[in-house]
Amino acid sequence: MAVDILIVDDSAAIRKILQRVLLQAEVPLGKVHEAGDGVEALAKLSVEKVGLILSDINMPNMDGLELLGKLKSTDTLKDVPVVMITTEGGQAKVLEAVNLGAAGYVRKPFTAEQIKEKLVGII
Amino acid sequence: MRFSIAHEDLVERITIATRDVFSMMLGGEAVPGASRTEDGGVGPTEGVVALVGLTGPLVGTGSVCCSPELACRLAGQMLMTEYHAVDNDVLDAVGEVANMIIGNLKTTIEDQFGAMWLSVPTVVYGRNFTTRSMGRHNWTVVPFTCDGMEMQVQMFLTEANDLTKLMRPGLTVLQKG
Repeated sequence: MAVDILIVDDSAAIRKILQRVLLQAEVPLGKVHEAGDGVEALAKLSVEKVGLILSDINMPNMDGLELLGKLKSTDTLKDVPVVMITTEGGQAKVLEAVNLGAAGYVRKPFTAEQIKEKLVGII
Repeated sequence: MRFSIAHEDLVERITIATRDVFSMMLGGEAVPGASRTEDGGVGPTEGVVALVGLTGPLVGTGSVCCSPELACRLAGQMLMTEYHAVDNDVLDAVGEVANMIIGNLKTTIEDQFGAMWLSVPTVVYGRNFTTRSMGRHNWTVVPFTCDGMEMQVQMFLTEANDLTKLMRPGLTVLQKG
């Protein structure tokens, strides 16, 4: 079944690449929504329902970890799986994301295979 | 405890991070040339320059510099689109290349020295501009050949406690109290 996805990254290039990679990875894509930071993501989620969120960490206005915390403390959004896709590869950041409830963590740069592997079992 | 990274060590980390980004995200190869150190006071004067700041036990700046032609080529490889002129997509792509290279480098530094933080990348494009670093430290410069064109990855890192060393003569660090 096709899944509607929200991609949150301040880089338009990465948002485009992720859409392409998801297609290459044969992820059953429905609608793909985009947001440039956590604030935009929350605004988008107030009007759109999605089955998966892919989010960067380092973003202006509201970073990915703050967004993750807000999602997990919102009844209507807490069950949406969130996969962090970021250059932040340090163990402390990974642990922080996992403790906040991230369903997965992918380090940039990434390959289509890595994204596919991470999403198997999540969607 | 002093925090520092030798030039050769930094060159190796830059080389690995850059090659990883090229092979995984750009489907290409970045061939490293002979590295050098340069006075940070004078930087590139034209082309596309992406800057990313680092802070933590070590502080500094990393940059990726290339010609507009190579910037278009990199963006094209990343986004599977042909670009003939530098536009927002191209600047965004070069900023993201810098973010990934410096971000990967940061992760290897964190393993050794502790948590570090990255700034959001800033990308500059133009001609006849002047770039100047406030630091008096030398920059490590690693040139790479990509598709027959040159790109440079530059970085300087110094111990955070050495903040006063970052300032050029005549500039003052203001302190509370």
